[in-house]
This record gives sequence, structure tokens and C-alpha cells, in this order.
Amino acid sequence: MKTLRAILPPLIPFVAITGTLEILVRGGFIRSYLLPAPSAVFLAIWANWGELGQATLKTSASALFGFALSTFSGVAAAVLLSSSPWVQKAFYPYAVFFQTVPVIAIAPLLVIWFGYGMQTVIASAFVVSIFPVIANTLTGILSTDPALRDLFRLYGATPAMTLFKLRFPAALPQIFTGLRVAAGLAVIGAIVGEFIGGGGLGSVVDVARTQQRVDKVFAAVLLASLLGLALFGLINLISRVTLRRWHASEQGS
Amino acid sequence: MAHAAVSASGGANSGVALRLEGVRRVFGNGLAVIAEMDLRIDAGEFLALLGPSGCGKSTLLRMIAGLDQPDGGRIVREPEGDRAQTAFVFQDAHLLPWRNVLDNAALPLELMGVAKAERRERALAALGQVSLLEAVERYPAQLSGGMRMRVSLARALVTQPRLLLLDEPFAALDEITRFHLDVQLRELWRSSRMTVIFVTHSIYEAAFLANRAVVMSRRGGAIKLDRTIELPEERTNELRTDPRLSQEMKLLLGAIEE
Repeated sequence: MKTLRAILPPLIPFVAITGTLEILVRGGFIRSYLLPAPSAVFLAIWANWGELGQATLKTSASALFGFALSTFSGVAAAVLLSSSPWVQKAFYPYAVFFQTVPVIAIAPLLVIWFGYGMQTVIASAFVVSIFPVIANTLTGILSTDPALRDLFRLYGATPAMTLFKLRFPAALPQIFTGLRVAAGLAVIGAIVGEFIGGGGLGSVVDVARTQQRVDKVFAAVLLASLLGLALFGLINLISRVTLRRWHASEQGS
Repeated sequence: MAHAAVSASGGANSGVALRLEGVRRVFGNGLAVIAEMDLRIDAGEFLALLGPSGCGKSTLLRMIAGLDQPDGGRIVREPEGDRAQTAFVFQDAHLLPWRNVLDNAALPLELMGVAKAERRERALAALGQVSLLEAVERYPAQLSGGMRMRVSLARALVTQPRLLLLDEPFAALDEITRFHLDVQLRELWRSSRMTVIFVTHSIYEAAFLANRAVVMSRRGGAIKLDRTIELPEERTNELRTDPRLSQEMKLLLGAIEE
């Protein structure tokens, strides 16, 4: 009953929109080579499942790899940046660079550096997804309760103790916020990387486009969105389990 | 429970004495929060520091704790001691939300490198002192405001401090909870005879709790009144409506409004 009440509200617009599209395309109001009927997209997924499934797996692997790299190096970078105001002033502007760099423009450069294949795709996913991890972790670490910092000082805690027993756990809610954003970006980065580096759903989109197979383009886009959604859901789940006991945002039934 | 027994029979001489000599603290904007302060606090005293918001009483408490440094003058402790002798209780409980009650109370010992078994035993003893033994496994989010403040008190008591500093600790609690904690704090002091400095803006709380009340002026932290409270050693809730308490409050209020 509960799951039904959770699923029903978003299901209604889904049915309404796909239903309307179906009617509009079948009635000839929209050209099917511009926008395929929803049924055609599902059929395309069904008919090309071998190829699409394989591509989705490949894109998932690259996105996950890039995301994991972002998570570890992003958190590590934030810890380093938080070590002193001077370090932060000196290096934070360069961290911002990762947010402003247009991945589509540097993707060719990544191919030159890493060659065609998965490394380029992973690098692309990494470059676009690291900044939110750094920014959110840093905010979390720096906004640790000053009273608790005083308390740790009073009892002579070492900087390492303060980091691991106070600053890092206190920053976890913000870190998860960063990871949720980064998860979606990693999928985008992987697809863009695949446009140029080859392989995965990005390649499927690129090839289907040249073949005028709009239904297949949509099928791949749909699978890429579902992949982003799944990754987002995974982070939410981990966040819920980790913060279950203590953080207000994860409380309540 | 051995440690509870130790702190309960700590003797009359287990507090730290303090001497403030010409203490001065100026903030960045050039305003002297504390212009020049001389104050002696005897070992085992229960002192209330009373004054309006912004009079520098919290700054003074932080300097005594060593969390802030005076710009002039000095603060002398007798006997000179290690950090375990001082404990600090903040206005809010400030617990670690990812730790249960027991681990929160044991935190100071953990930071000082005490072994795990001893940590547990001493934290349980401290939680017993604030009657929280039934809640050791619970997390701060599952506690009431009063219970959280009691965990905060237990965390302060766990090192068996000889100087307990409290910065408006019960200000955010409802009155009934506050009354209860007042009595509990007073009893803890009576059994351990540590030195207690209690910062408050409540005339009522200062008169009810302390043996000595120091009233600070709005600007510069000058001492307007230094009064020994003449009330019985044991402070119970009956005393709250006692005319002698009203008399003490009248004197403190007079000094504040001067």
C-alpha cells in the first residue's frame, strides 16, 4: 500500500505524457523521424537488447569507475584544502576549474592523452564529477561546530583525531549531497567521453544518429537516464544506511 | 563503580584555585571586552558569573579554560595542572550525533588516550552520576533536551575535573527540567568539591545555585558586585520560594541595575 502510494503520483504524468505522445505520433501530428512514438522506443530496446544491454554495462562500468575516482580524490583533496586557510586560498581556484571546464571541449584532448577506449571515458566522467565532491566535502569539514572543536582542543586532541573523530564524520551529510550530484554528472561525463573515445551508450547514440535511427537514439538516451537514476538511488541508499541513526534528514519512517 | 566512589570522597581540597591579575581582552574591532579584571577564586568554590549579554562573561570563561588568550595580565592556576582537570559545558549539549550516549560520555577519555575498558567503566560511572544509565545505548537524536544536557554534563564529569566551567548551560531548557538540573548540579558539586564557575544571565539561577556571585558591568567587564550568597549548603526546590532567596536576588538585581 505504501509503495503504491509512493509510485502512483509520478506514474500518472508518465502515463499521460507517453500516452499523449503515442497518439500525436500515430495521428501524424508529429513526424516519427523527429520524435518516435514511445512504443517504438520500447520496441527498439527490445529488438536491440543484446547490443544495448552490453553498451549499458560498459557505460555503467566507466561511469562507476570515474565516480569512484572522484569520490576518493575529491574527499582527499577537500581534506588537504581544509588543512589551512592558506592552502585553501592557493588551491581552491584550481578546484573550481574542474567545474568550469567544458568537458565536451576537452574530450578530444583526453583522447590524445589516453587514446581511444575506456581510459578516456573514465577520465571524462572523473573530470566532470569531482568538483561537487570537493566543494561539498570542504563546506562540511569547515562548518564543523566550533564548540566541538573547542572541546577537542580542551582535551588535547591531535589534528588527526580531530579529523577522523570529528570533522570527517560531521561532514558526512554534506559529502553525500556532493556524491548525489557527482553520480549524475559521472554518467553525463561517461556518455560525452564515449562520443569521442568510443564504446558504450555514447557510441550507440552516435552511430544510430548517423543511421537516422531516432528510435534507437531515444532507446539509448532512456537507458542512460535510467543508469543515472540507479546510481543516484544507490547513493541515497548508502546515505540512508550510514546516517540512519543520527541525521535529521534521514529520520522519520 | 570504583571511580564514582573516588570522586564522591574526593575530599574538601580537590578543587583548583584561580587568580586573575589585570586580565585584559580586546577584540579585533578595538573594543575592550574585558578592560582590566582582578579576581580570586578559591579552591572548591561555586561561583556564578552574572551579567547582561555581551558583558564578556563567556570570553572570561573561555580564557580560564585556555581556549582563548588574554591580551594582557595573567591567569594563575593552583595547582598547575594537566588538561584533564578542566571541563567545559556549553550552552547547548553539543554531542556527537553519530555516537551513542556511552561513547559521547567517554569521548574526553578517548581523546586523552585512556584504554577502552577503563573508558567504558568511567563513562558508566559518570552517566550514573547524572541518572542516565538506562539510556546508554541511545543516540542524541532520540533524547529530550534535558537528557542531552545531562549527557553533556556526564561528558564533563568523566575526567573527574577539578575545575568545571559552565557557559549558560541550562538556558535553552524548559523551567522544570532546569530546576531539576540545578539541584543535580549542586549535589554533584557538594559531593566532589571541585571548583565550579557558572556563567549565567539569570539572577534567579545565580542566587539559587552559587555560594558566591560576581556581577559584571555591561561594558569592559568591571565587577559591580562580589557577594557571598548566604543560603544553606543544601539547595532544594523548597528554597526557591524562600524569602532569603528573594533577598539575595534583590541585592544582585540592585547591582545590575545600578
